[in-house]
Amino acid sequence: MTAQGRSDLAIETSGLSKRFASHAAVDAIDLAVPSGSVFGFLGPNGSGKTTTIRMLLGLATASDGWMRVLGVDLPGRLSSVLPRVGALVEGPAFYPFLSGAANLSRLDSADRYAPRSTRRQRVDRALERVGLTHAAHKKVHAYSLGMKQRLGIANALLSPRELLVLDEPTNGLDPQGTREVRSLVASLAGEGTTVFVSSHLLSEIEQMCTHAAVMSAGRLMAQGTLDELRRAGRVHARLQTPDAATAREILTARGLTVESAGTLDDTVVATLPDAASPDSVAAEDIVAALVRGGVRVRGFSIDGASLEDRFVELTGEGFDVAE
Amino acid sequence: MSPNEGLSQRQLDERRGRPSAGWALLASELTVLYRRRRTWAMLAALAAVPVLIAVAVRVTSSSAPGRGPQFLDQITHNGLFVGITALLVSIPLFLPLTVGVVAGDTIAGEASHGTLRYLLIAPAGRIRLLLIKYIGAGVFCITATLAVVVAGTLIGMALFPVGPVTLLSGDAIGVGESFVRLLAIAAFVTVSLLGLCAIGLFISTLTDVPVGAMAATIVLAVVSQVLDQIPQLDWLHPWLLSHYWLDFADLLRQPIAWASFGDNALLQLGYIAVFGALAYGRFVTKDVLS
Repeated sequence: MTAQGRSDLAIETSGLSKRFASHAAVDAIDLAVPSGSVFGFLGPNGSGKTTTIRMLLGLATASDGWMRVLGVDLPGRLSSVLPRVGALVEGPAFYPFLSGAANLSRLDSADRYAPRSTRRQRVDRALERVGLTHAAHKKVHAYSLGMKQRLGIANALLSPRELLVLDEPTNGLDPQGTREVRSLVASLAGEGTTVFVSSHLLSEIEQMCTHAAVMSAGRLMAQGTLDELRRAGRVHARLQTPDAATAREILTARGLTVESAGTLDDTVVATLPDAASPDSVAAEDIVAALVRGGVRVRGFSIDGASLEDRFVELTGEGFDVAE
Repeated sequence: MSPNEGLSQRQLDERRGRPSAGWALLASELTVLYRRRRTWAMLAALAAVPVLIAVAVRVTSSSAPGRGPQFLDQITHNGLFVGITALLVSIPLFLPLTVGVVAGDTIAGEASHGTLRYLLIAPAGRIRLLLIKYIGAGVFCITATLAVVVAGTLIGMALFPVGPVTLLSGDAIGVGESFVRLLAIAAFVTVSLLGLCAIGLFISTLTDVPVGAMAATIVLAVVSQVLDQIPQLDWLHPWLLSHYWLDFADLLRQPIAWASFGDNALLQLGYIAVFGALAYGRFVTKDVLS
């Protein structure tokens, strides 16, 4: 396969797969993460997010496909890419018997491109950025989960990075910490760093990211800017009326897909045709048609496709996830 | 190579300058090793062996010649033999035990802490990390042996008279040269343990459970010694890891017979080459999923 790299992509994969025995944890995904974006990597637990990240960082070998990070083919020239990438993978991990600052110094000394002369200064700066200066010399076994998470993020910030890969960065953080992470990500993105954030929490992605990709059961279901993802979702009309049966007939006749009767007798939910298709109907025309047909309308609303609906649509709901 | 790749490499060089030689990671490795309480507990336990021997001999002061470990009956005449006796006692179990703990912990310990993935993405480089881990374990071998010898010499000098040492060849050497011989014996024992270190390093790449790697390493050291005791297997003996472990008596002759030192070094080198290659083969392709 010829690798046609695009220079405006920070991460690019094609047909990237990882199989464990017969089970495909990651199944032929084609990721395209634009440089400078804050890219949300969204999916339920066990959908292959972390396995993908492990492959991108050279921790696991891909079973198939190719990948390119910061314009460099992997895993061939991994050692020239990794110094430019900061990462938090599957939770923070530190030596419990060393202090926070000593842990960072140790990991920094593993990077041959990180100058020794500025090590202490960079460690202090990274600790300051995540608000851990006061606990810098405490042993990590005395840290709370949230403090360890902050230390993990500090580790990713030890050197100036072109790409940050943050796997579930707000795990274990209180609401205050979550907000701090969000503003940290925003300020890093403002400096031109591409941030690749994985999460199973949609709200987090919605608040932080400019782009997103949705994973489900090892497959990439969709990717693009948040607006593109929202637009691809279907718009629903929700109607409250005592004349539900008549309303269903009229809506079906106008080309709407009426959902099977809900739990409430007086509520009808219908999916509007794609806005781009010729069958598209304006919401006000629907109401006019209903009224003409003698339906007494008590309430009518259009639920613009939320990202959440889109997410559930793509990944399945409840027990479907296991399939 | 596309122009894009060349550009990114140049950008990288401009931004970060040339990479350092990377000795900082070795310094950090040794700091972490010697900042652990476990390391000091093991060294203290090793240092306790000669102290126990010396105190026992001093208190009873009636050791019948020919009973107990070699050189034991010499201690009352010359305190310099405490260190040698303690090494003889420690070689079969205590030293392999502590070395097994450190060598078995090398990779598996990092994996169980989860720090292995962070070292690799730092990036430490897999081959470099393996080398540094091995050097760290080797340095521990030196300190472990020295802990026995130094503690033995100090307690021997404190509790017993010290004078010229009569060698196995009948010659007597002064106290100064005796120290040189002691260090030569310590070097012999350290070299003896380097093969075991390589085995421990390899086993450590196989698992994420450090205790398992430690136990397996120690068991192999014991099995090797048991096999060495079975006369029916004498064809196997020269290949056994522990075959020369107790053969440092040649260093107590005048002039020193270096043959057993050389044979031992060659054998250990063979173990380092084989298990080092196995560890390399395993670790370089390993998926780090811990």
